[in-house]
Amino acid sequence: MELLKEREEQIHRTGEQPFTLSCNKDSLAGAVSQRACVFCGSRVVLYPIADALHLVHGPIGCAVYTWDIRGALSSGPELHRLSFSTDLQEIDVIFGGEKKLTNALFELIERHSPKAAFVYSTCIVGIIGDDLEAVCRQVEKETDIPVIPVLSEGFKGNKRAGYTAACSAMARLVGNGDISNISPYSINILGDFNLAGEIWIIHAYFERMGVEVVANITGDGRIADIQRAHGAALNVVQCSGATMDLARLMTDEYGIPSIRVSYFGVEDMAQALYDVAEHFNDPEILEKTRELVKEELEELLPKLDFYKKALKGKKAAIYVGGSFKAFSLVKAFRLLGMDVVMVGSQTGTEQEYKELAEITDPGTIIVDDANPLELTSFLEEQSVDIFVGGVKERPIAYKLGVAFCDHNHERKEILAGFVGMLNFAEEVYSSVMSPVWRFTYQNVEDR
Amino acid sequence: MSKNPPNYISTTNACKLCTPLGASIAFKGIEGAVPYLHGSQGCATYMRRYIISHYNEPIDIASSSLSEKHAVYGGGANLKLGLINVTKKYHPRIIGIATTCLTETIGDDVKMFLRQYEQEVEGEKPIMVQVGTPSYNGTHMEGFHDAVASVVDTLAGTGEESVTNRDVNILPGFISPADIRYLREITDDYSLRATILPDISDTLDGQAAKTYEKIQLGGTPFSAIAAMGSAMASIEFGHTMKEKSGGTILSEKYGVKNIRISQPVGISATDRFFDHLSQLSGVEIPEKHKAERGRLVDSYVDGHKYIYGKKAIVYGEEDMVVGMTGFLAEIGVMPILCASGGKSGKLAEKIAEATGDILPEQPRIHEGMDFYDISELAETLEPDVLVGHSKGYPLARKLSIPLIRVGFPIHDRMGGQRILHLGYRGAQQLFDLIVNACIAKKQGDSPVGYSYM
Repeated sequence: MELLKEREEQIHRTGEQPFTLSCNKDSLAGAVSQRACVFCGSRVVLYPIADALHLVHGPIGCAVYTWDIRGALSSGPELHRLSFSTDLQEIDVIFGGEKKLTNALFELIERHSPKAAFVYSTCIVGIIGDDLEAVCRQVEKETDIPVIPVLSEGFKGNKRAGYTAACSAMARLVGNGDISNISPYSINILGDFNLAGEIWIIHAYFERMGVEVVANITGDGRIADIQRAHGAALNVVQCSGATMDLARLMTDEYGIPSIRVSYFGVEDMAQALYDVAEHFNDPEILEKTRELVKEELEELLPKLDFYKKALKGKKAAIYVGGSFKAFSLVKAFRLLGMDVVMVGSQTGTEQEYKELAEITDPGTIIVDDANPLELTSFLEEQSVDIFVGGVKERPIAYKLGVAFCDHNHERKEILAGFVGMLNFAEEVYSSVMSPVWRFTYQNVEDR
Repeated sequence: MSKNPPNYISTTNACKLCTPLGASIAFKGIEGAVPYLHGSQGCATYMRRYIISHYNEPIDIASSSLSEKHAVYGGGANLKLGLINVTKKYHPRIIGIATTCLTETIGDDVKMFLRQYEQEVEGEKPIMVQVGTPSYNGTHMEGFHDAVASVVDTLAGTGEESVTNRDVNILPGFISPADIRYLREITDDYSLRATILPDISDTLDGQAAKTYEKIQLGGTPFSAIAAMGSAMASIEFGHTMKEKSGGTILSEKYGVKNIRISQPVGISATDRFFDHLSQLSGVEIPEKHKAERGRLVDSYVDGHKYIYGKKAIVYGEEDMVVGMTGFLAEIGVMPILCASGGKSGKLAEKIAEATGDILPEQPRIHEGMDFYDISELAETLEPDVLVGHSKGYPLARKLSIPLIRVGFPIHDRMGGQRILHLGYRGAQQLFDLIVNACIAKKQGDSPVGYSYM
């Protein structure tokens, strides 16, 4: 396939020297990027905070397309699953939407008694110039809950800028809670969104280790927990772009160190727990961690054998939102004896892509901000057996007669933790081994 | 009739989508067309995801991917660059350009940009059809109908005169791919040559194929749209669109008689549709369809006792709500609330027409509703069944009543694109579905567990 010239430098093949890959650029007009916008970045990060009101200030689209969009579960309130909007109309665009926003906030706060309100600005708010800060200040004063503007105008950058805006919004909460009685062996979990209940699994691991979790940021998140997040001794950060800004901010402000982890795949999951244990350097915690990993692996590994035998040598392609997850996926496929032949992401950094190039086999395609036609040609060229991505990637795989595994934020299956590795193997297996591929016209002649 | 609706400032769980989404779906129904949104990147991606989750098809919608500097200095350069890139990659016959709230508000003059593009760009140039779709004005249905009107306005009349005198235009509005295939079958059986615009029957419900098509096959052919001005009549489904529609444009510009009827859902509305086809073709209703009608009436009789007096809430796009309400009334279900996020101002009047003298009293009818409003009213109305798209599921779950899934979107079941709503055959499927849902509910709730009805 012929590439658009502007796109050539965002694609690299492992083994080609030297490594060059350009990224974190604005998407190319007309290229049909798989990325969304600043608003999307903010919305996905803050979405799982379940006792907050999430009000989208703008016309209806931005709110309605993000209604109950994530598989982020809550153990209590479920305010995050509702879609609130000011539904701006032409008259608001002409005369300004501040009054409508103010009244909508009062109405919704009275109705739902949230612990805080996030007010997302959208493209149009950035243009008509509504003063979100002023509105939020006023409503906060009168309602006595934090009312926080999220500066997420869609056009002001890409998804990464939205992550930053979300982190700035959360930073306003941190530091306002009571931090007495927090254990010195305590952490915040950043960058897990409790899809299908994953954070509960991770939470339980840390509890078994004797480590206290102060705040979930943001899966099954609560405002009060985030307000006392500065009392934790360590920030444990998953998900490359999304919450690292908040961790950095907390290092600067409160001196809290952070480590980067991933809970996907056996190696990375175990490494995450060991890294936390080693940080605290407490013999009891270390011992409990070793015990935990041993127990989990003894249970998991024999079960994985079946899948390894079946999937050995199959070829996998990966296209995900952030490239940090891609590392774990590369390793998880290796564990299953599968070959990764393409890996890409919407928002990876140059360093991450470089490291991907280092750990992948020669010939592997590494791509930033791909589009459907590029993905199609890579899948065809590499004769892929399974593609890992999100909803937008699914029909591409299926039309090519390729199996698919959803690893995006809408999924309903637990893929994190040791049990997640088993589920992942099962999910890959159940798509790759399905008899339906016997009928697709890539494999048999059209009748 | 229409009592005072709840009047909240905020919107919770909207019962409508934004205008460019409707335009994108309409453009997907034209052969060789790529939808293109002039706005920031997120709009296209969000809508793609939303549409894919219903149809399970690749939905490529291009975008100008505007950034901050374009919002300040105008998006013209990016629009042109985007059009060039789409042309290079997709080689489309047509690019359907819809604006967004961003570009409408910064005042981008898309027509002027397109004239500049025409002068500046050399080589391959697709036909450009453009529609203004600020999302703060109307719902996805305004976007849909305006895109259809724009296609007709731009492309009709550029083709050759029809010589067969069997040509009709059908402007069906937003219906399912299965509905469109069935309409095609009906008009074929009448030996009419129908141009159905848009035609998403293949583009949004495609077949497995050996090779990946950059633009899905199917859609209303360009040549057929070009010849729409010489058809003997247009049949347009729905009454809640603006005065200027595909059908009225064809009537005003080319004198093609425009017949506006309700969506043919249920027997009465379908009879009217078939009557028009008989008149236009000069032949009686084909035997096959007469037989389907006969079986449908027979089943109405067989099943009527299980559903008589059941109370239904119907919600969704206004024209679909009108069609469904007429159908429910004629099978003995009592619509108690008809709700839409749309605001045509015509919903109550059209529902009264569709239900005629069947209902002892008119349901509550409200435009501009969201699911918070609907849920609030549902508490006192105590419905037995919900009829609408899948976004009503949380309410159905809360009330422990069946949801009859119709329309768009269906995000929680397979096969939304294959739901048949129209005609005798669609009524048959809907009827069986509703009766069985009511029987299943009774069976499930019963401590006995009867294995006969």
